[in-house]
Amino acid sequence: MPAPQVTLPADGLIAVVKRDCPTCELTAPVLAELTAHGGLMVFTQDDPSFPETVPDRIDDLALNVSHTLKVEIVPTLIRRVDGREVDRTHGWDRAEWERVSGFQGIGAGLPAFRPGCGARNVEPGVIEDLLIRFEETGLASRRVELGEDEDEFEATFERGWSDGLPVVPPTQKRVLRMLTGTLRDPKEIVGFCPPNLAVLTVEKVAINAVMAGCKPDYLPVVLAAVEAALDPAFSMHGVLATTMFVGPVLVVNGPIRRQISMNARGNALGQGNRANATIGRALQLIIRNVGGGRPQEVDRATLGNPGKYTYCFAEDEEGSCWEPLSTDFGVARGVSAVTVFAGFGLQGVVDQKSRDPESLARSMAESLKAIHNVKLAPSCDALLVVCPEHERTFRNAGWSKARLLEELHRLCEIPGDQLVAGARGIAEGYGPSVVGTMRNKFRPGGLFIVRAGGGAGMFSGIIGGWSSGGAAGSLPVTREVKS
Amino acid sequence: MTVLLDPTSEQSPASRERLVRPDKLEGLTVGLLDISKPRGDVFLDRLDTLLTQRGITVKRYMKPTVAKPAPLPLRNQIVGEVNVVIEGLAD
Repeated sequence: MPAPQVTLPADGLIAVVKRDCPTCELTAPVLAELTAHGGLMVFTQDDPSFPETVPDRIDDLALNVSHTLKVEIVPTLIRRVDGREVDRTHGWDRAEWERVSGFQGIGAGLPAFRPGCGARNVEPGVIEDLLIRFEETGLASRRVELGEDEDEFEATFERGWSDGLPVVPPTQKRVLRMLTGTLRDPKEIVGFCPPNLAVLTVEKVAINAVMAGCKPDYLPVVLAAVEAALDPAFSMHGVLATTMFVGPVLVVNGPIRRQISMNARGNALGQGNRANATIGRALQLIIRNVGGGRPQEVDRATLGNPGKYTYCFAEDEEGSCWEPLSTDFGVARGVSAVTVFAGFGLQGVVDQKSRDPESLARSMAESLKAIHNVKLAPSCDALLVVCPEHERTFRNAGWSKARLLEELHRLCEIPGDQLVAGARGIAEGYGPSVVGTMRNKFRPGGLFIVRAGGGAGMFSGIIGGWSSGGAAGSLPVTREVKS
Repeated sequence: MTVLLDPTSEQSPASRERLVRPDKLEGLTVGLLDISKPRGDVFLDRLDTLLTQRGITVKRYMKPTVAKPAPLPLRNQIVGEVNVVIEGLAD
């Protein structure tokens, strides 16, 4: 549909008003006075019968004139000369109206000043419709027109845009609303999205965030997550293409967690919180749709894991005695940030008896040694999610996070004779040269700790990783959240 | 009519044509790319022997890590030195 053509008078005065504005009501007699002088056109935004004082008022319920004139406040009074606007005022200010209209002494009985009201054409939900109608969205993405009888939800499945669950159809209006969540230019290139290294713009991020079900407030977090995942150190291509289980796991730190009501407490890694659920999903949809990373294509996962739909949670910084995860990567406490970790699933660490940190650390270490296979060391990095009741034990004993990491690393030293192929009746393992040596389950710096979960239950969790290769594999990456 | 914005990179309809496969390898230089997967060398060593026996020139390459795509300099080197590439994708 072509953009509307709006014809404005070349010369004279234009007023834009609405019934639902006390200042507009106040100025109704003034509009009548100016009409009597001649040369005033009055456009009404909400009620064609307003103002009754002006019989020749013009219906602008479609708001095409208001939008063309870029009216933001009503009443607005504009003077045009030779087809151009030469002066404008808004609200009621007698001196201003006298100056713009060229008539003195108008509105004699009125107060000297009253502020105006917001114009209908710039209301949220309305402005987006007008930008679309006037083809002024600035959005560059290809428009996909659905057939008249085509179901919009089914259409997204049929075009291969879904992760298997329904997505919110990315209409222009929804994408424009999503983009209000950031100050960044929709055309800005965020990076090159693996696996196809396709150009990824802020606009494409917003489209996929709409589909994932995000609110505009989440968009800065999604953008930070994408930037982290696209950092070559994270190796998103490898994380996607591997036959192993992993996908991007997102941990959010800083004030943004509470601003968007993320869950860091009970069931933090589970279902039920919109921000947790949709931010992780948006990243995966971007990899799928923009990067072209699809299961059984470049995604060669043997089993995958349910977290590849979405895997995102917040750290419970307020309830923790430790520094947030983001500080391990150089981001100051109190700064919002997202960390991406190549991880899978959740292996429980159930320990309801340990009341001293030594016992609990041993319990955790034995569980950590089982990741991938008890015969493999080092096997992969890991993210240990410590629950409140376990953290309490370390807190009461004065163990810092660094102390716990140090103890766990020491406890994860494994004699090579337990790891050699065939030992314990398991063919998996290493060649005979490991016998008599010690190997650690983790590379130095390959274990990370985050604090989350509900107040009841001595149940921590281990998020296993992909490789132990450090820079040759995948490193966790943290990015600050910026507006 | 519902209008949606395309969430993809909009490259989907542009299918790339594959290069024409050579009828024979004689006279060509064959690159063998080891992607650093365990035992990939066993497979490629055997190919090396068989191709060399046929008088075909073989050049060997290796990715630094299986976890990442081959670095651009290595890709450029391979393109500049051989006519075809054989790589073992799995262990």
